[in-house]
Amino acid sequence: MIVAEDGVLIREGITGLITRFGHRVVAAVGDGEALVEAVRAHRPDIVVTDVRMPPTFTDEGLRAAIGLRREDPELPILVLSQYVEQTYAAELLESAHGGAAGIGYLLKDRIGEIVEFVDALDRVAGGHTVVDPEVVRQLLSHRRGPLARLSPREREVLALMAEGRSNAAIARGLFVTEAAVAKHINSLFAKLELPQDEDDHRRVRAVLAYLRG
Amino acid sequence: MQVRTALAALSMRPTRLLRSLWLVRSILYLATGALLGCTTPVAVIWAIHGELTLGVLAGGLLAYLPVIAFGPQVARLERWRLKLVDEWPVDDPHVPVDRPGWGHRLRFRLREQVTWRELGHVFISGSVMCWLDAVLLVFAVWFPVTFLFAPLTNGSGLESWFIVGCGVALVLVAPYPVCAWAGARAAMARAILARRDTDLGERLVAVTRSRARLVDAFEIERRRIERDLHDGAQQRLVALNMQLGLARLELPPGSPAGEPLAKAHDLAKQALTELRELIRGVHPHVLTDRGLAAAVRDVAGRSPVPVEVDIRLPERLPRPVEVTAYFVVVEALANVAKHSGATRAAVSAAVESDRLVLRVTDDGIGGADPDAGTGLAGLADRVAAVEGTVALSSPAGGPTVLRVEFERLARPDEPTTHEQRATPEQPATHEQRAIRDERASHERPTTREMQATHEEPAAREQRARREERTSTAGA
Repeated sequence: MIVAEDGVLIREGITGLITRFGHRVVAAVGDGEALVEAVRAHRPDIVVTDVRMPPTFTDEGLRAAIGLRREDPELPILVLSQYVEQTYAAELLESAHGGAAGIGYLLKDRIGEIVEFVDALDRVAGGHTVVDPEVVRQLLSHRRGPLARLSPREREVLALMAEGRSNAAIARGLFVTEAAVAKHINSLFAKLELPQDEDDHRRVRAVLAYLRG
Repeated sequence: MQVRTALAALSMRPTRLLRSLWLVRSILYLATGALLGCTTPVAVIWAIHGELTLGVLAGGLLAYLPVIAFGPQVARLERWRLKLVDEWPVDDPHVPVDRPGWGHRLRFRLREQVTWRELGHVFISGSVMCWLDAVLLVFAVWFPVTFLFAPLTNGSGLESWFIVGCGVALVLVAPYPVCAWAGARAAMARAILARRDTDLGERLVAVTRSRARLVDAFEIERRRIERDLHDGAQQRLVALNMQLGLARLELPPGSPAGEPLAKAHDLAKQALTELRELIRGVHPHVLTDRGLAAAVRDVAGRSPVPVEVDIRLPERLPRPVEVTAYFVVVEALANVAKHSGATRAAVSAAVESDRLVLRVTDDGIGGADPDAGTGLAGLADRVAAVEGTVALSSPAGGPTVLRVEFERLARPDEPTTHEQRATPEQPATHEQRAIRDERASHERPTTREMQATHEEPAAREQRARREERTSTAGA
């Protein structure tokens, strides 16, 4: 994998903990362009990148991620941010719309929960979508449009789906059966007017519907 | 209520008015007024001839001309005299002359509107008002006094005592016309001679500009603080949080260090959350990056009350307007959440003939009072600094509508790196990259880059001074 982060402390930290969990960091870079070059050189299994990096210190990392994803729709990317910005999350997920590979947007705070962070990393690498619970919480607090039609339980299911959980994991989290989860998911797909399609795409689109508000 | 003018004195109880000094002050005011105006012609007439002919009268009136020419000096005297019947301070309406020299001084004064008002005032008071002063004094002071002393001049017949009775009645009544006329004269003098807002036209423009610069300087400072926090404390806290997480992971289960370590970890996480909120309050990153619409949507997303956002802007707004509009929305939505009891709110923004019109509405209980807290008032101050206006309609029972308009959107704003910067759909050209790289090679690229592009000259000067100071301190 490749780590892009301009703060040396954090970059070293992430590299260290990922190595500890048996992954191999092929390149650790400090800005967006180095990231793009490193990805082209190494073809990693997953990219972890900060949003704000030199030289503009605005959203270099995010734009690099979106660009990379356009080049290679199969490249899993996890974006780390200091902020809960649904705008960024929405842009990122929008760009990942076409690909089957995983995509993620997490607050940097989550790195502290080592096990969960590594788990999220694995889920993204495994093709899931992971959105920070904080972002999801804000999005869930109140929505209009088709989302307003969802029942509270369906929203919970959608929230967990946005975090990249499988049906089984959602069922465990809500203490219901997997069949019940499947029923909720079908119902919310219908309410969001998502046509029959390959399941994963519909899941991503459901989450996207949230992010777009 | 304290009485501060002769007009206000009219509302006092008659007994108090008679005992107060207002009557004396009014008489003095009118007497000096009559003296000022009448002396010149009367003296001239007297000097030329004892008998009044048309030529003498014309000569006397001609003597006015030099007096009128000294209008500004007379006006100064008038303003000073005004204290007799009007205790409110009167400011000198003249702007200080910026350069020495008599010729320049004269031209400077003649360009001032107030100079012409002063000339007009002297003309009117010299030609009409002073005579009226004199007439009133004769009726309200001279007559009663002579009436009272009628027995001395007329003998002590019944007729004399009748005249004394009339005099007493006049003395009791006279204070009213005297005070009224003195008060009216003073009010007129104040209206003509006191400072008006327009007299300060240029000064106000200068103040407005300096205020705008100050706001810009604050904004730059806020951005700098946000960057410093982001690059410094926040990075370290994230790293600390990560190390604590790792430490907990390495700890054998049941270790006595487990509990304090878990607490330390929680504290680090809390600190991180608080710092993030703080930084957002100082300056929202997404605003700099993505503009008002995105930033407002994020604020709306965090609001406990559902907020509908409809922001249609053809392009990025001038930076000061953008930042101010953002903080208006933040403050307004905070108020909606805290006080309105609304179940939903809406934020809309659109450009209408070069003005940005921003509306924040809610369906709450209404009755928002701009004077109740510092929030709304502070907001109006902020908006005023970028020449905007705030209108609030909040009848009891709602709905509350806050409408903010920003003027002069056409003002050319400096292009910023964010606007020049390629969007994700258009990869950056090599030139743009080269520019960015060059900037990045500076010691503090963000600081230099952002300030160099956004700041006004004054702010740049200020930064230069600051840097100078820093380097001196460093040496």
